[in-house]
Amino acid sequence: MNDRGRYRQLTYFQLMEVTLRELLVEKGLLTERQIADAVEDMRRRTPERGARVVAHAWTHPEYKERLIENGTRACEELGLDVPALKLVVVENTPQVHNVIVCTLCSCYPRMLLGIPPDWYKSRNYRSRMVREPRAVLAEFGLKVPRQTRIRVHDSTADMRYLVLPMRPAGTRGWSEERLAALVTRDSMIGVAVAKKPRRK
Amino acid sequence: MAEPRFRPGDAVRVMKAYPLGHVRTPYYIRGHTGVIERICGSFPNPEELAQMRDGLPAQPLYRVRFMQKEVWPGYRGNPADVVEIEIYQHWLEKA
Repeated sequence: MNDRGRYRQLTYFQLMEVTLRELLVEKGLLTERQIADAVEDMRRRTPERGARVVAHAWTHPEYKERLIENGTRACEELGLDVPALKLVVVENTPQVHNVIVCTLCSCYPRMLLGIPPDWYKSRNYRSRMVREPRAVLAEFGLKVPRQTRIRVHDSTADMRYLVLPMRPAGTRGWSEERLAALVTRDSMIGVAVAKKPRRK
Repeated sequence: MAEPRFRPGDAVRVMKAYPLGHVRTPYYIRGHTGVIERICGSFPNPEELAQMRDGLPAQPLYRVRFMQKEVWPGYRGNPADVVEIEIYQHWLEKA
């Protein structure tokens, strides 16, 4: 048999995943259905969830205060279930820019942003974001003015972090739905700002 | 649950220790001095959890704020730039 080139061999970790999954099913600890449902749940979590929270905070100043006071409880108010997640929301202002990194591994607010991008887990991002945040942000196309202070949050333990980006100018009177479309995943990690409204 | 020994605003030093195991205190911050930003609550000690023990008594967890210019020699940027890190109480001592 010569299938080389047509089929890619499983990597070490893929093989380990398949083996473990099959064993768990075989031993009756999990069913295929439960695994498929868990994967589906994971897929359903996308940055749109976080964007909803941000847009609601932009339009409701009292909600914004509650969100910063206790992120987990404020998410529950919007019907967003955030189990096992102690959420710390940090607000960007003209004076302070916040950015999130996990230097030890890849802790990420998955319940609100879904699966982290590959670069978030890269050694490059993890080691340099704490050491030279301004240089790394510039590589993302974000030039932070020198007079703006940078707060890097190293997500090392039980908290998870979400950046509340600044509401873009020219969006007065916008609905939450329209505003949410301006809130990108990257703006909630802090490597970008929210999108500007398109000129008509 | 271990009692919290520090309050927001307290100056603390991160212990300069290098134990083996599942340690959640980054290398780069060991030995540095910062200020308690907030108390996050108490959580089972991850170093114990990783050894299949219960991690009790739960350890108070703090967010500690460090000045970037004091952490990194030759740091470039605003002198008021900070890095904030979650650190368990047993890694902190009064500064």
